[in-house]
Amino acid sequence: MTDYALELDRVSKRFGAVQANKDVSLNVVKGSIHGIVGENGAGKSTLMSILYGFYQADSGSISVFGKPADIPNSHAAIAAGIGMVHQHFMLVEPFTVLENIILGNEGSALLMQGQAKARKVLLDLSTNYNLKVDPDAIVGDLPVGLQQRVEILKALYKGAKVLILDEPTGVLTPQETDDLFAILKGLKEQGVTILLITHKLKEIMAITDNVSVMRHGEMVANLSTAETNPEELAELMVGRKVVTQLEKPDAAAGDDVLKVEGLSVVDAQQVERVKNVSFKVSAGEIVGIAGVSGNGQTELMEALAGMRSVDAGTICYGKLKISTESHIGPDELRDAGIAHVPEDRHRVGLVTPMSASENSILGYHRDDKWNQHGLLKPGLVEKHCATLMSDFDVRPQDPKLKSANFSGGNQQKLILARELDREPKVLLVGQPTRGVDIGAIEFIHTQLLKMRNRGGAILLISVELDEILALSDRIIVMCDGRITGEVAAADADERTLGLMMSATADLSSDSDLSSNSEQEQAG
Amino acid sequence: MIETILLTLDATLRVSTPLIFAAFAGMFSERSGVIDISLEGKMLAAAFAAAAVAYTTESAWLGLGAAILVSISLAMLHGVACITFRGNQVVSGVAINILAAGLTMSLGLSWFKQGGQTPLLPDEARFTSIEFPFAEALRDVPVIGGLYSELLSGHNILVYMAFLMVPLAWWILFRTRYGLRLRAVGENPKAVDTAGISVIRLRYSALVFAGVLCGLAGTYISAAHNAQFVRDMTAGQGFIALAALIFGKWRPFPVLGACLLFGLLDAVAVRLQGTELPGIGVIPVQFIEAMPYILTVVLLAGFFGKAVAPKAIGVPYVKER
Repeated sequence: MTDYALELDRVSKRFGAVQANKDVSLNVVKGSIHGIVGENGAGKSTLMSILYGFYQADSGSISVFGKPADIPNSHAAIAAGIGMVHQHFMLVEPFTVLENIILGNEGSALLMQGQAKARKVLLDLSTNYNLKVDPDAIVGDLPVGLQQRVEILKALYKGAKVLILDEPTGVLTPQETDDLFAILKGLKEQGVTILLITHKLKEIMAITDNVSVMRHGEMVANLSTAETNPEELAELMVGRKVVTQLEKPDAAAGDDVLKVEGLSVVDAQQVERVKNVSFKVSAGEIVGIAGVSGNGQTELMEALAGMRSVDAGTICYGKLKISTESHIGPDELRDAGIAHVPEDRHRVGLVTPMSASENSILGYHRDDKWNQHGLLKPGLVEKHCATLMSDFDVRPQDPKLKSANFSGGNQQKLILARELDREPKVLLVGQPTRGVDIGAIEFIHTQLLKMRNRGGAILLISVELDEILALSDRIIVMCDGRITGEVAAADADERTLGLMMSATADLSSDSDLSSNSEQEQAG
Repeated sequence: MIETILLTLDATLRVSTPLIFAAFAGMFSERSGVIDISLEGKMLAAAFAAAAVAYTTESAWLGLGAAILVSISLAMLHGVACITFRGNQVVSGVAINILAAGLTMSLGLSWFKQGGQTPLLPDEARFTSIEFPFAEALRDVPVIGGLYSELLSGHNILVYMAFLMVPLAWWILFRTRYGLRLRAVGENPKAVDTAGISVIRLRYSALVFAGVLCGLAGTYISAAHNAQFVRDMTAGQGFIALAALIFGKWRPFPVLGACLLFGLLDAVAVRLQGTELPGIGVIPVQFIEAMPYILTVVLLAGFFGKAVAPKAIGVPYVKER
């Protein structure tokens, strides 16, 4: 008989009208790496929160290492041997590594004794599992990959035999991801059971032994990884066939429509975020900017969209020229056919308490079309929004619904509809598919390619390398505010891009400090 | 000249004492992530309770006990509003300040019928000065004698408590398990929660500390430094303490330094009253009284860099769905 680390039997959980988990059963083989995939809102996080004692299941039972377990809080989960590495790290940034690790497990009322003991245990853990990290370093100063290591050590220090990792690779470079996977394999050899939650099918295929698929709160499949493939998994996740490989005709690049020269941007804390950046985007091509989040992409995008003033250099959209002397706001840029789909759709892209129809004209609301005698024409706006919604498959198709009540994918489609409706010459788009489910990703990517094929120019910023590789004609890599590489998409692969993304080594030493603070922000 | 300096420093210690208590009350509260602008109100209510109970029972210590109880109650009120019901911490603090100002007045009026004041406390019902041994005898020894008998000796017990409390508070915050958790909960309550520790309990306990310290501050004002309660007698010291807390960047010894600096300014203001400085003329007292606030704004804006508050300050903790 197989030994199971975790056995879940018909676990259900309901939040009001939403059935987050419905009769979910799951068996995790002891000492294996078990993947759980599913779209956003499929119930993965709820299930893990139940395992970690954040919520209690309405019905069903859980056994840990063969023993029935009741997990009313995180404390009980830790006692049962379950450790969790959260997607957003649960670290106290101004504390040292050691302080973070002993928090909640100090050993005694005074820190001295506990810390001395913990230091020894930590050293053993570090050598046994090959997880090297300086116990006296301040966590906030560590790069994201190391912070994650601290999270793993924290769980192990508390005696975790089952380690749950929630979307662990979202903030890592490809090299850091490789390191993480090496660590996970090492942990597995030492007998630790690992539960890996992710939406990246490639990672599932690379590292897991078994994989479970969730859809709409239900467990729809439990498979052996060796006997499945990404296409099958994607289909199980979405419930229908998904086109993962998009048709992409060769680019017919035209004139340069966006020219950036020597651009530098300094933020409010006087840190130079974008450092002497130059590039061009031509009509009919998609230029992707790759990089680990927090390396100046956000500031670059905001400067390009007229939301942030430039501190050196120029941005030219045809005859429009942004420089230190002449600032051009988003308003004027929009009129000139430059559209912007911001990175942060909740804070910048939408006004979430307002209705879909109001949001569907945001930024264009001064147009004569929508106004009469200084008053908006709400009926007309609603009709316009309904058309956009049906063209872009925004669901539910209700222009009066508050935009906060749409799912991430539908919010993004609404923004895209608003910006693409004008057939802009240039589209600046940041993280178009962050937190968006596979079905909507497919749709959004198709729309972006459509714009490119009709001769539009697109500047795409994304931390998802797959997305960059799938869409771009040319790829620029940013690291620490500088451009550290440029390749044609045909010649690019993850490895070379990954090296460029972490290319601080051969740059001047002063960049180290600022890259730390950037990573702090990213973390 | 030395005499004047000694007297000014002596006054500085006396004026700083309530600031130190209140600022450290704020430190415990805000380090746990709860904004506390109700330092002023808690001090005022405590001052009233101390004077009223000390007068009635003729015991300074019972007065102190009552002051601490009243101050803790107000702190718990703040806790219920901001921790349990996740209300706005600034609004709750303002409400407590207004409540204390009004309640002390009306209770004072109805209980003692002296226009809102409490009757003068006899010496047995106050904390009076403690003379150190040989203070009188050493008074005439140059330098050391003055320091010993003037500066060190001759304060009431609460002054000494305030200065002993500072290293104790530092030790609790940075050397104990409780302190580690308290600092953690003000930075990232989720990290504390996922470590299996109750965020709510920790924050309430921090408010209890704040209550005790504001109780001491209030007692000092009405039953040690003065001998009765007078309406609005805290006169903004709670806010100066808050400024000192920010100025000292929420760290024990810098906060102590800030309190002493503000105390010194106050002592100098009293000294400079009416004196004419060569070339400048008479300095308006109001200007010197405004110095702590001006200093805070100017120094924080320019010289000392940004004061980074505990990251989770002001944000009620909600378990994520």
